[in-house]
Amino acid sequence: MTSVAEKTDQGAAPAPAGAAGVARRAAGWARRAPLLPALVFMIIVTQLPFVATLVISFMDWNAYYPDERGFAGFDNFRRVFTDVNMRDAVWTTILLTAGVVLISIILGLGIALLLDRKFRGRGAVRTMMIAPFLVVPVAAALLWKHALYNPEYGLFNGALTWVWKLFGSDNPPQPDWISNMPLWSVIFALVWQWTPFMMLILLAGLQGRPLDVVEAARIDGASGWTLPHLRQYLELGALLGSIYIVQNFDAVFTITSGGLGTANLPYTIYQIFYQAHDYGRASAAAVVVVIGTIIIATFALRTVSSLFKEDSGR
Amino acid sequence: MTTTTAPAPVAVQKRKDRSGPWLSLLAWVVGILFVLPVVWMVLTSLHSEADAATNPPAVFAPLNLEGYREFFSGGATPWPPLLNSLTASVVSTALVLLLSFPAAYALSIKPVRKWTDVLFFFLSTKMLPVVAGLLPLYLFAQQAGLLDNIWLLIVFYTSMNLPIAVWMMRSFLSEVPVEMLEAASMDGAGLVKTLRSVIAPVVMPGIAATALICFIFSWNELLFARVLTATVAETAPVFLTSFVTSQGLFLAQLCAAAFVVSLPVLVAGFAAQDKLVQGLSLGSVK
Amino acid sequence: MSGVRVRTVLTASAALLLLPGCAGWGGTSGGSGGANSIDVLMVNNPQMIDLQRLTADNFTKQTGIGVNFTVLPENDVRDKISQEFSSQAGQYDVASLSNFEIPIYAKSKWIAPLDDYVAADPTFDQADILPPMTKSLTADDGKLYGEPFYGESSFLMYRKDVLDAAGIQMPAKPTWQQVADIAAQVDGKQPGMRGICLRGQPGWGQIFAPLTTVVNTFGGTWFDKDWNAQVDAPAFEQATQFYVDLVRAHGEIGAPQAGFTECLNNLIQGNVAMWYDATSAAGSLEAADSPVKGKIGYAAAPVVQTASSGWLYAWSWSIQQASKKKENAWKFISWASSRQYEELVGSQLGWSKVPAGKRSSTYQNANYLQEASAFAKPTEDAISSADPRNPGVQPRPALGIQFVDIPEFTDLGTQVSQYVSSAIAGQMSVDEALKRGQRLADDVAERYRSRQNG
Repeated sequence: MTSVAEKTDQGAAPAPAGAAGVARRAAGWARRAPLLPALVFMIIVTQLPFVATLVISFMDWNAYYPDERGFAGFDNFRRVFTDVNMRDAVWTTILLTAGVVLISIILGLGIALLLDRKFRGRGAVRTMMIAPFLVVPVAAALLWKHALYNPEYGLFNGALTWVWKLFGSDNPPQPDWISNMPLWSVIFALVWQWTPFMMLILLAGLQGRPLDVVEAARIDGASGWTLPHLRQYLELGALLGSIYIVQNFDAVFTITSGGLGTANLPYTIYQIFYQAHDYGRASAAAVVVVIGTIIIATFALRTVSSLFKEDSGR
Repeated sequence: MTTTTAPAPVAVQKRKDRSGPWLSLLAWVVGILFVLPVVWMVLTSLHSEADAATNPPAVFAPLNLEGYREFFSGGATPWPPLLNSLTASVVSTALVLLLSFPAAYALSIKPVRKWTDVLFFFLSTKMLPVVAGLLPLYLFAQQAGLLDNIWLLIVFYTSMNLPIAVWMMRSFLSEVPVEMLEAASMDGAGLVKTLRSVIAPVVMPGIAATALICFIFSWNELLFARVLTATVAETAPVFLTSFVTSQGLFLAQLCAAAFVVSLPVLVAGFAAQDKLVQGLSLGSVK
Repeated sequence: MSGVRVRTVLTASAALLLLPGCAGWGGTSGGSGGANSIDVLMVNNPQMIDLQRLTADNFTKQTGIGVNFTVLPENDVRDKISQEFSSQAGQYDVASLSNFEIPIYAKSKWIAPLDDYVAADPTFDQADILPPMTKSLTADDGKLYGEPFYGESSFLMYRKDVLDAAGIQMPAKPTWQQVADIAAQVDGKQPGMRGICLRGQPGWGQIFAPLTTVVNTFGGTWFDKDWNAQVDAPAFEQATQFYVDLVRAHGEIGAPQAGFTECLNNLIQGNVAMWYDATSAAGSLEAADSPVKGKIGYAAAPVVQTASSGWLYAWSWSIQQASKKKENAWKFISWASSRQYEELVGSQLGWSKVPAGKRSSTYQNANYLQEASAFAKPTEDAISSADPRNPGVQPRPALGIQFVDIPEFTDLGTQVSQYVSSAIAGQMSVDEALKRGQRLADDVAERYRSRQNG
């Protein structure tokens, strides 16, 4: 059976002239009509604010000095590129995103493989695994910061104390998790939340495997690792995960308040807006981030990924 | 896709069984490790404040509803924020479905030219750091008198979830077998009938999965809610942050608040987890 | 099948939309007086939570004015307040500002002057408010812009029993060197007890509150009177090195993350023997269910070169200039900061929960003194000896003891505090931290110098 996707490219033939052309153009508009509400809505709600941000990025606008508002040319952009905090923020964002996405995909893959088999209580385990993703992110961040990581009364150090007591010692190590490894603390908290998501996607991919491929592999002695098939699911997980984690704000704000080198781009921009009240500079930073992300995304999606390829039929 | 009926050799089955129990055990251990923080959150919410903050952890301390009492009848009542979150999430999800279904239809079943460009545009709207769009939106809302109004949140949440919804729905719709569509149109079926009898059955799980994802992301949103609302339209996550006080113990109340605020999402996710897996498998990738 | 489902979703959505009257479910929880009600934005400190609890049954019942509260943690609320007031959005009538924001906001004309209201309201009794408080809430134009809700200075709290057991006597006005020596002596004397707790959490209002007072008394300052940044000057460096060394050698675990709450917990749970911090902590330490009630001694804020070094801070109320209900807003402020409210809290919730530190009548109230005998006098002394215009050994270009009262200070202080916090965590030397801080401070100072000259 063919599905719609495989017939997609046949939708666009060059328009012949004359009456047939008018009819074809009308048909073209009939195809576009259902798309328009969503498209127009998105353009109004996202592009207009972006244009406003672009305009503000060229202004010298600080809320505390309303009399000094004026045109600033490329000043803000220059400050963005020379500001060491911004460069650190870019690096931190890259580390954070790559760390969370890679680790949660690997973990998710492993767990999906484990759950791919039938065993007693499989449904229960899957339910347990989904729970972290369903906790409200700011609640999860608060939970990790205060109930788990806290060196005085958090669960981790409490567990260490308990274990050491079992061996009769009164001197358990009580590391200060957040201070000693700030970025990793944030990464672990995010990995905990996002691994279920990756696991679900990869599990769906594993369970959608065509049986003949599996049988062929098994007869050949392979252990059931069909990575090429999973590639699209891995890419999907990586793409969606990256989109959300690059933008992550709640975890950084809650766990470390952006301190100790964990300030990523959203947090830094927020800081410039709300603490320095330098609207011009914050807007310039945002514009730079958008352009950078689009460049990277275009490269990644159009050339490397198979997700957007026109002939993605099998 | 062809199906096969070749049975697996018995020898292979036996080999797999020996490592089976260990793998099952490992799966259980991993599951428990992952759910442990959530269980700890619920347990802590049922202790008194002093017991919640001890080292080593007082796992078997007497159960106590102090945290929940503080949450429900402390300074402020939680019902308005919870209702606001519910309203914003449900309505924005309904709007998203309303807008994304036709859009996805126009990108899969009867696609426009350059549908990849359109998809890419939708995705690119998620790349603007949300924080940066905050200021223009705030100023606009202030001028338009829309601050502290739940409608503004609804519109924003819709735009936040629409790209992913369009993406997901497009994949689900492209699963619809072309032959059935052609058969229906040859039978003279109009658009509505085609939708109801051919497309809907295939796509329903996908719609449910999309709706669930949109609901979850709307419910969880914090930053915009905090900036754009005041007393009337405050949402649950914002209300939750008010329990983190910089003076005094608060762990039990915080866990109680966190649990109650997460409850709708937990319930929805657990109830629909089959749909979630099914929806994600049927079509996010093509 | 799908039609029914669609219909149910649509009706449910319609119901959810129409019921709340279109803008949201919150609002006048205070009952009657929908048009009369005011909106208050405040920080979620215990005294404010108590206020929230008592308002409906007292203020609203007496005056018919409903009050809607939005309560947020300190970092969040400061951001929301500055957004709200800088844009004059009019969403809130009253906000809990501190003596840091009030002079700045007054200069930008974001808050309303209160002199007329005070004059017309004799029961409020402005003369009863402690003079340093009034001084710190008065802007350069001489008008009053805020009323304190509770005030604090800083002092040294220590476990009397632990020091006695070690045979140590704490002087009434100790020097920092004496305090460091005592910390070294009591460190580890009891199992799991460290010598002292000092804040280390990043934030201009967290670590730099105590640290700036230490800098002041060591003879340092952020800026001299000509707006030259002095962050890497010898006195500032010496003070910071002293603070960092003390915390690393004898301070609490998790110091780089420790703010007010963490140190409070530490002292209550017996994890530290001393604590230099806000006078408002004493209320929690001497509360009825506190394990350390009656065991804490209070000494003046340690000094080096100055006569006193305690800070001055007051969570206060101000009325937004864009508010359309200023009369009602004043009635609320007048009630919340009144002597009558203090007595209400005392009788209903306990005298240790009274929002003190603003009125001299509080320190003559027999009931309060009985409950707060341990710390009442040290608190009053600390506040009275604080001078926001002249806290150090040299003249300053701006108001403030533990801060510099300029808008850029929140960002500057927070950024430098992150470096110092890293120094406490051992990731950076104090030298490097202050060198970076100097660069940032100079950036800010340059603008002020050009304004001064230009």
